Amino acid sequence: MRRARNLWVASLLLAAFHALVLFAGFFAPYHFAAQNRDLAFAPPARLHFFDADGKFHLRPFVYGLKHAPEASSKVAPDFSHPYPVQFFVRGAPYGVAGVFSASMHLFAVAQPARIFLLGTDAYGRDQFSRFLYGGQLSLLAGLLAAGISVVLGIIVGVLAGFYGGWVDEALMRGAELFLALPWLYLLFAVRAVLPLHVSEWQVFLLIMAVIGLIGWTRPARLIRGLVLSGRERNFVLAARGFGASDLYLLRRHVLPQAYPIILTQLALLIPQYILAEVTLTFLGLGVGEPVPSWGSLFSPLQQYHVLASYWWMFLPALILVPVFLAYHVTADAMQERWKSVAL
Amino acid sequence: MGSFPQPRRLAACAIAASLCAATAAYSLAGPAGEELLRTDNAPGRSGGSLVVALRSEPKTLNPVLAVDISSRDVVRCLTADLIHINRASLQTEPALAKSWNVSSDGLEYTLKLRRGVRFSDGQPFDADDVVFSFEVYLDEKIHAPQRDLLMIGGQPIAVQKLDAETVRFRLARPYAAAERLFDSIAMLPRHLLEGAYHDGKFSEVWPLTASPSQFAGLGPFRIKEYVPGVRIALERNPYYWKEDRAGHRLPYLDQITFLFVASEDAQVIRFESGDTDILSRFSAENFDVLEKDAAARGYHLADLGPGLEYNFLFFNLNNLASKQFPEIASKQAWFQDVRFRRAVSAAIDRESIVRLAYNGRATPLWGPVTPGDKLWIDNELSHPPHSLDRARQLLKSAGFTWTADGALVDPHGSPVEFSILTSSSNAQRTKMATLIQDDLSQLGMNVHVVPIDFRAMVDRLLKTYDYEAAIMGLANGDADPNPQMNVWLSSGSTHLWHPNQEKPATVWEAELDRLMEEQLVTLNYAKRKRLYDRVQEILAEQSPVICLASPNILIGAKNRVADFHPAILDPYALWNIEQLYLQ
Repeated sequence: MRRARNLWVASLLLAAFHALVLFAGFFAPYHFAAQNRDLAFAPPARLHFFDADGKFHLRPFVYGLKHAPEASSKVAPDFSHPYPVQFFVRGAPYGVAGVFSASMHLFAVAQPARIFLLGTDAYGRDQFSRFLYGGQLSLLAGLLAAGISVVLGIIVGVLAGFYGGWVDEALMRGAELFLALPWLYLLFAVRAVLPLHVSEWQVFLLIMAVIGLIGWTRPARLIRGLVLSGRERNFVLAARGFGASDLYLLRRHVLPQAYPIILTQLALLIPQYILAEVTLTFLGLGVGEPVPSWGSLFSPLQQYHVLASYWWMFLPALILVPVFLAYHVTADAMQERWKSVAL
Repeated sequence: MGSFPQPRRLAACAIAASLCAATAAYSLAGPAGEELLRTDNAPGRSGGSLVVALRSEPKTLNPVLAVDISSRDVVRCLTADLIHINRASLQTEPALAKSWNVSSDGLEYTLKLRRGVRFSDGQPFDADDVVFSFEVYLDEKIHAPQRDLLMIGGQPIAVQKLDAETVRFRLARPYAAAERLFDSIAMLPRHLLEGAYHDGKFSEVWPLTASPSQFAGLGPFRIKEYVPGVRIALERNPYYWKEDRAGHRLPYLDQITFLFVASEDAQVIRFESGDTDILSRFSAENFDVLEKDAAARGYHLADLGPGLEYNFLFFNLNNLASKQFPEIASKQAWFQDVRFRRAVSAAIDRESIVRLAYNGRATPLWGPVTPGDKLWIDNELSHPPHSLDRARQLLKSAGFTWTADGALVDPHGSPVEFSILTSSSNAQRTKMATLIQDDLSQLGMNVHVVPIDFRAMVDRLLKTYDYEAAIMGLANGDADPNPQMNVWLSSGSTHLWHPNQEKPATVWEAELDRLMEEQLVTLNYAKRKRLYDRVQEILAEQSPVICLASPNILIGAKNRVADFHPAILDPYALWNIEQLYLQ
């Protein structure tokens, strides 16, 4: 029972998070490339409910920020004037899913004040907005790459498991060869032959294709095992005896036994592949400035001065922890379900 | 002090008689007939060991082959030159040559060597060693990086031994500030190296792994031990030829240890935790981090102001065979239009580059000579402020227009889009590129920032010419225009925007060539300055390089290191290593 509830909570969290990222333009108060050069490395905005006189306001407000060379982060709040947070305001235009454009934002504060929920980076860009926009690339690449590798894994696994013999040998040895390749270096080589500047769409496709194409071997082995044992079951043998075609057997009897495993694999692979994108961008194989991805959001953390001085640069990484946890809870719960179904 | 024997006075007279004697040093004869160089620094405390970090292992300890920073930092402690540039005053001063004079036509330099000087293995140094050293540096087969500098008017400097203590150098034509050429040309021990040189094995001499007994130099230190991957330790050279005001032979330190610490951040952390005594070549961000607990941890930091490094943006103005890179060639119509380059320059907000890329520890630049180079900067050069309006005006006058959504298009209707290469290992230049990208997007230009490996970048800039624009930094090796010849001459190999031209491609490049050639043979400073000012004006007018900023030289040292006087000229921190001592 508890697991079922966990599954619900995790799924809801994931749905909400994906919606947040998908509609980044609406939830993000600023464009990802908008620089505020006076406000580099500004700490996260504090939402206030009580003003200087101790009076309570239902609508939270923030104070403006000013460049303060003497402060350690070079930015300090300017307490002279409060700016209440406004909801559903028109601001910078943005595209939604690349189809239609809009300019409505969930929240904002009046100019010249700014609201930086997660602080700003080295160029004074809003980390919260960049985090949401960055998710569009990283999350989608992770999802699609997981899809590619699972579909490829199913095809190869089924062929190898169902037909056995030399097909099995060839496919599985091929998979082992694939596993043994030094992928990171091949990636560097691939990046080197590409033109110097590639658009974010190309990078997106490249990352997705690369991760997806590398990742199919493990699901393929797993599914091969399932199919191998599945095709020897009595009811499958009986169906074969009645003259069922291979396709019918697979569709009707063998694959359904593997569905829960496939779903679990997906739930496990997605966070893994999101992290793979982060790694690739971290190594300079990702999308270029100023377009954000989670990998490019994390790469400043390589620098000692960022680690030592600007704690809010860690926040995007911390937010990802519950998201990845939710994926794992989902995988766990699905596995449990499958077990009870199988029994 | 009053009881010094007579020869000292004679030697002092000899110096006073020579044309270019420095005033800060005296010579005197020591007990064994040695003429030690007496420095004017207050006596320090002997003993102790200094620890410094190097970014990588030195590639070699051979002074003739050392090109990387680590090798040069170590070799500098092991060797000495004839005439030295004082890093604090930026003027020349006597070193192994106690005095020199120049013939009236400026073609002959006669150097008087210090008497009684010994190598670190105790063997004497004389004119034969000098002749041998220059023979090696000038040998084409050795490929010494110093050789280019010693070729004057296409002819190598001729070296002639007059007697054991006198050497004459003859130049093919007059050369301004020729005595500065001798700086960092390390004198080699003929008794150890001549055999290898004649056997054609000079390039194998003095690797890191050779035993200490195979080395001998004239520097303040000599090799003690090398532990691969960990450190190289040097010990005091007991035969060093300088002494302090009280007649105490330098250096004070018993030992200096170079640790190999691979990254800047790791070096900063090692310094912060007290593992190393001196830190140089680090970023302004790390400076601010270190500054926080400087007092508690017993070290201090110094911001010396602008050095001689200038960072700039430039466009590919090479004569591209149109088939090779049709896309780049089609964009060169913009790059070759001076109004386009000026518009880019006007749109760049240099103040934010200084503030964001260097945390304010830099100076905005409008020309390649930095305010650190006080003798040569053209103070009349105009500093047009950041102005998008002026940039738009310039673009409009060059026939560019804007589409309805604000994108800039050229007179043929193609959108203006190009990429800027930067070195991925230089965080500051990547930041500059990102700021410029945003500045130029305000003009409707679609700019891409492409950080790539430094070597790959240099390959594109100087060999394949496969790039559109790039951000680079160059550091002048000396506070003098001559090391920049290769950059501003149209035939120069580091004439970055269009290197190795057979004849100047533009009128203004021809003018640059003429001015640079003329300043090279002009011996009068005021006249040279006027010529070099004109070079700076042309560069500002034509903007082949759009200068951005010059980072300040930042140095950290433990409080116990005394007589520490960091300088803006390389090596910033260890140039007076023989005078440093520990309190």
